[in-house]
Amino acid sequence: MKIVLRNIHKQGYKGDIESYLKEQGYTALKKALTLSPSQIIEEVKKARLLGRGGAGFPCGVKWEFVYREKEFPKYVVCNADEGEPGTFKDRLILENDPHLLIEAMIICGFAIGAEEGFIYLRGEYFKAYQILERALEEARSKGFLGEHILNSNFSFHIRLYRGAGAYICGEETALLDSLEGKKGQSRVKPPFPTFVGFKNKPTVLNNVETFANITQILLNGGEWFAQIGSSHSPGTKLYCLSGDVKKPGVYELPTNISLNQLIEEFGGGVEGELKAVLPGGVSSSLLTPDKLDVIMDYFHLQEVGSMLGSGAVIVINKDRCMVDLAKRCAEFFDYESCGKCVPCREGTKRAREILVNITRGKGELKDLELLKELAEVMFDTSRCGLGQSALNPVRSSIEKFSQEFEEHILKKRCPLGICSLC
Amino acid sequence: MKERLKQILNSYHNQREALLPCLHLIQKEEGGLSEEIALFLAKELNLPPVEVYSVASFYSMFTVKQQKAKYIIRVCVSLPCYLKGSDKILEVLHKELGINSGEVSADKKFFIEEVSCLGACGKAPVMLINETLYDNLTPEKVREIISQLKDENSTEEYSQTGL
Repeated sequence: MKIVLRNIHKQGYKGDIESYLKEQGYTALKKALTLSPSQIIEEVKKARLLGRGGAGFPCGVKWEFVYREKEFPKYVVCNADEGEPGTFKDRLILENDPHLLIEAMIICGFAIGAEEGFIYLRGEYFKAYQILERALEEARSKGFLGEHILNSNFSFHIRLYRGAGAYICGEETALLDSLEGKKGQSRVKPPFPTFVGFKNKPTVLNNVETFANITQILLNGGEWFAQIGSSHSPGTKLYCLSGDVKKPGVYELPTNISLNQLIEEFGGGVEGELKAVLPGGVSSSLLTPDKLDVIMDYFHLQEVGSMLGSGAVIVINKDRCMVDLAKRCAEFFDYESCGKCVPCREGTKRAREILVNITRGKGELKDLELLKELAEVMFDTSRCGLGQSALNPVRSSIEKFSQEFEEHILKKRCPLGICSLC
Repeated sequence: MKERLKQILNSYHNQREALLPCLHLIQKEEGGLSEEIALFLAKELNLPPVEVYSVASFYSMFTVKQQKAKYIIRVCVSLPCYLKGSDKILEVLHKELGINSGEVSADKKFFIEEVSCLGACGKAPVMLINETLYDNLTPEKVREIISQLKDENSTEEYSQTGL
C-alpha cells in the first residue's frame, strides 16, 4: 500500500512536472477547485490524517481552525526543516516528488482562504532546494501556481525559504520566528499558530509527509484513507530505519505494522543482536526487545512509554554502550537547545556534563537520580518539545540499563570497552 | 554585493524576512558577515545592528567572522551516523588534512565542521562537501575523496563557499 511514495516507487518516475501529470498530477487540485472549502476540510477530517511531523495533531481540525478565523491574510507553511536525527523521509519526497507537496499546499491555501505559502527548507538540503525551485517554476508556467489558478478566482503563491542550521527550527513556533527573519526560538503556546502564526496571522503549518497525503485523500475520499492501517492513526507512515539493521532505508507501511515486522520483514533483521530501539528518533524513549510487538502508531507507542515522533527508528545492537549513546544524545541537545528558556538551556548542559563525567570514570551513584530528576523538571517546565523530550533517551537508558551505568560509576569500567574512563 | 542584497531586500519589500536570504548570499560569497555589511543590512531593514549580529550568530550555517575555505566539509555526528562509524570518518579527515574540527587548513582549502543529522541516515555515515552529499562512507573512501580534492590543479581559481 503506497500513498505518499506511490509515484516514487514507479520505475522511470523522474519527479518533474511531465512525469507528475502522467500520474494524475494536479487532478486533485482541479477537483478541489470545484468543491467548497468546507467540503475539502470535511474530506481531510474524515480521513483522520494525523500530523506526520511528530505531534500527531489531526490535520483536518487544524485546517478548520484556520478556515474559521476572520483575520486575514492567512498563510500556509510547510515544515521541511527535517532535522530529527534518524529522519530522512521528507528529503526523499522533496527530491523525488516535489509536485506532490506543491499541489497539496495549493489545495490547503484554497481550503483555508490563504494566498501565500512558504516552504521552510533545511539549509543543508542543497539538492532539494534546486529541485523545489525548478518544480515551483514548472507549476507556475503551467498555471497551477500564481494568479488565477486554472482560470479560477483563486490565486496562490509559494516561496521557498532556507533555514540555516538550527535543529530547533523544526519546532513550529521557532520555525515561524525564523521565517520572520529572527533567531529561531520557540514561542509560548497557546496561542497556537492556527490563531497567531506567521506575522501573527492564522497559519496552517504541516509537515512535508502530512501534505503528501492530501491529494490521494481528495481523489479517493477521506473514508478510503481512514480504513487503511491502524484505527487510531489511519493511513501509512514513512518509517526511517537506521542504525544496526541490515537494510536501512525509508519504508512506507500501513500504521498497524508492528516494530518487529518492520525490522525483520522489511529491514532484513538486526545487524548483530538486538539491544534496544529508539522508535521516534533521539527524542524518544528506548524500547527493549520485549516490546517488539508494539504497533507503530502514535497511540500504541505512547502506551509503551515511548513515541512515534517523525518515524525515525534507530536500531541499537549489543555491541553498543548505552552510557556512551546517552552521552551522545545529551551532547546533541546541549548543542541544539535554542537557549530561550532556562530549564532546557541549563538542563541540557548539566545532563551532558554529568554524562561526560560518568564516561570518564568521575560519576557518582547519585548522578543517576539527578539525571532522572532533571528529565522530570525539564519535561514539566521547558517551553517547547525540544526541552520536554531532550532527556527521554537518557532517562530511559538509565531505567532500562541501570547495570551498565552502575558499572561505569562503581567499577570505573565500561563493559564493552567503549568509554575510556580516564 | 550591496546591489545583490538590495535585490533580495526588494523582493521582500525590505521586510525583516529578507534577513536570512541575505545572510545566505553573504555567507556564500564572502564567507561570513563583515561589520560593513551588517551595518548596511541594519540600516536597510531598520533594525538595530545588534539584531542583525544576533541572528547571524545564532545559526550554525552563518559566521560573523569571515572564514573562507574552498571546501567546507560537514560531517554528520548524530546517532545513526555514529553507529555506523562517523568517529572513524572524522579521524581520517583530521589526519589527512592536519586540522581538527572547526579549523581551516593552512592553504585555506579545507574546513571541517561536525554537524547534526543531514537526513541521509539510510546511507550512514555521510558528509557534505560544499553542496554535495557523500554517503556510505568508509575510511578508504574518504581518503580517496580527499586525495582527489588535494590533487586538483592548484592554479584553479578559488570559488568561495559558505560555511
